[in-house]
Amino acid sequence: MTAATLASPRPGRLDGDDGFARLLHAEWTKFRTVRGWVIAVIVAALVTLLLGVYTGARSQNGCPYGPCHFTIATGPGGEAVTDTYYFVHRPLTGGGTITVRATSLTSVVETAVTPQGPARTQAALVPWSKAGLMITAGTGQGSRYAAVMVTGGHGTRMQWNYTGDAAGLTGGVSAASPRWLRLTRVGDVITGYDSADGASWTKIGAVTLPGLTSTVQAGLFATSPGYTQQVSQQVSGGSSTGAPTDATASFDRVGLQGGWPGDSWTGTSVNGGPKSISYPAGTEAGYREAGGTVTVTGSGDIAPGVVGASPIDQTLAGWFIGLIAVIVVGALFITAEYRRGLIRVTFAASPRRGRVLAAKAIILGAVAFAAGLAGSAGAIALGIPLLRGNGNAIYPTSTLTEVRVIAGTAALTAVLAVFALGVGAVLRHGAATVTVVITAVILPYLLAAAFPVLPVAAADWLLRVTPAAGFAIKQGIPAYSQVAGNYTPSQDYFPLAPWAGLAVSCAWAALALALAAFLLQRRDA
Amino acid sequence: MKHALHAEWTKQRTLASTPWLLLAAAALTIIVSAAAAAATRCPSGACADDPAKVSLTGIYLGQAVVAVLAVMTVSGEYGTGMISLTLTAMPRRLTVLAAKAAIVTGLTLITGAIAVLGSLLAGRLILPGHGIGPSHGYPALSFSDDPVLRAGLGSVLYLVLIALLSLGAATMTRDAAAAIGAVLGLLYLFPIIAAAAGNATVSRHLEQIGPMTAGLAIQATTGLGSQPISPWAGLGVLAAWAASALLLGGALLRLRDAN
Repeated sequence: MTAATLASPRPGRLDGDDGFARLLHAEWTKFRTVRGWVIAVIVAALVTLLLGVYTGARSQNGCPYGPCHFTIATGPGGEAVTDTYYFVHRPLTGGGTITVRATSLTSVVETAVTPQGPARTQAALVPWSKAGLMITAGTGQGSRYAAVMVTGGHGTRMQWNYTGDAAGLTGGVSAASPRWLRLTRVGDVITGYDSADGASWTKIGAVTLPGLTSTVQAGLFATSPGYTQQVSQQVSGGSSTGAPTDATASFDRVGLQGGWPGDSWTGTSVNGGPKSISYPAGTEAGYREAGGTVTVTGSGDIAPGVVGASPIDQTLAGWFIGLIAVIVVGALFITAEYRRGLIRVTFAASPRRGRVLAAKAIILGAVAFAAGLAGSAGAIALGIPLLRGNGNAIYPTSTLTEVRVIAGTAALTAVLAVFALGVGAVLRHGAATVTVVITAVILPYLLAAAFPVLPVAAADWLLRVTPAAGFAIKQGIPAYSQVAGNYTPSQDYFPLAPWAGLAVSCAWAALALALAAFLLQRRDA
Repeated sequence: MKHALHAEWTKQRTLASTPWLLLAAAALTIIVSAAAAAATRCPSGACADDPAKVSLTGIYLGQAVVAVLAVMTVSGEYGTGMISLTLTAMPRRLTVLAAKAAIVTGLTLITGAIAVLGSLLAGRLILPGHGIGPSHGYPALSFSDDPVLRAGLGSVLYLVLIALLSLGAATMTRDAAAAIGAVLGLLYLFPIIAAAAGNATVSRHLEQIGPMTAGLAIQATTGLGSQPISPWAGLGVLAAWAASALLLGGALLRLRDAN
């Protein structure tokens, strides 16, 4: 009994939009009249939402001894920042220029912290230790700024407002190969230059800091982030060793032009004490001025904040339960027709099989999207404020990112449901389909990120090529190249950009649908 | 019981899918294990990798195939209506379930042993070349080493218990797709939710009660202190899950109509 012998008696009425609308209606009717599927999809949304709220209500991770409230320093863009350094500064009113020659940048790292002996320090190369010139709106946390600097391992750079970063001259700094730095302020615009000889200058960048007051602070700074080294992804979900470091830089030929009302420098340990824990034992912040040479020692970082808080997908754990329910429904939406023989009736009524598959994909995708949206929107909109209220540190996230995480999670639910539909149409067997889809989607994520048993390289590869790449859409904060961090899947950093990851999952769904459409035409029902 | 066993064996043996599933379970386990061993590198010679655990990574995938095999033993009969015939011929339903459990156990034991031996052999051949071997202070992967023997034997038992858990789940749900979804969800979701819990104590408890996270503690040969649960206790947790599923499935099988 092939579809050819049962070709529709009313071929004319199946053409055009009207035919497809009826097909959609038929598939919707099939979906909504199977009670188990409707319940499964509703439960999927509810579990996502309720577990999100539960996580928010229960988690008191930050303060084991009662409620407390973290404040996360935020920059001008609203993102989390770290803003600790030593600053030798004086006021700058109106426009002006500061020029300096950097002749050295060295760092020490604390080593050998043992219960028996005192900590020692040794010289080290800290790639993102930095020192140079800065113009800032003030020394309060998260102030607007622009700076040109020499770094331990990334050449000369201009950075601004914590996230901005542009490269200048390459290579390190030494007495034999000094680096000249210059910052110029005109109104709200600050321009950074560098030079190897003090004669030929290259502009690195110009940034606008809107709303800068007439008097700002300008001068020399030094800072150095804690040394981190990734030890293993396996040990307690991706551990790293860290140690305090500091940076000491020498400058001479300080030149000032424009409105500099003060007559001396002030040394300030910005947002941290001169001997705070970020300094290696036995060292402290400060500056010396002798014979035209200024030596500045500082520790900390002026950069986006990437440790100490949770991203906003923290409350989405329940979504994985919902996802499995939706995958099972997606698989059954087609395989149940094969098991019960309904597929022959379906194809008899609508011989253009590709259109049946398209109608099924649209209905299933829409239902899964709605369930995913309800679940993830509820889990984040209700769970995250609860988490914050319980004293948990959550990275501040822009509305756009929040919308991307919520809508993206819903879209991923739909894409993976359609993937299950496609695989189901190819395999025509419910259990086989569910197994293939879950092991292709959930297992790579499990082995690479949630329960990391694979080395980082293999984990990254899995999250690039498998349908699990789409989980990247949940990533709440970006990985910053100007911060040395533990950017591994187990820390919620995915190898692909959010939309690129979703595109990989979409490609898998499209591939499964295309193969299914081809096989539906070729095979008997 | 003897007749029941014979009947179940005949059914299982004559299914076209059985040899393919068994082959797939062993082959996928060994392939993934070998790939994980090949991807692991320790140039410094001082990494936290557990050679036995790395060599047995394939169990994560192989268990899914074993679960399908066990689920289909029951759900396949419900799908085709064969169950009515089976229960008419053998009205003692618990005997039927016990016979199915015995057959599935036997098949999984053999397949699991092949999969585990192949995986450990691949690890033994591949890992020393990647900085994880006797020349770097790691013990050789050999059954003369008690923890390795425990990891190997335990992994085979783990697969058997996964099969029994799946059999119980299938008897409860009857529908194959729902059963396999429930089993894989139970296995894979505990660690994902534990990782997202954001609270070390809650995570640890979830890993202690999760059938996969607890059961696979049997694979650890180094760093036992950092495991959520001790090896045999972990396998015991999985055994409790499997026993509960079988008991509940058996009770429902007795109570409900057969379709």
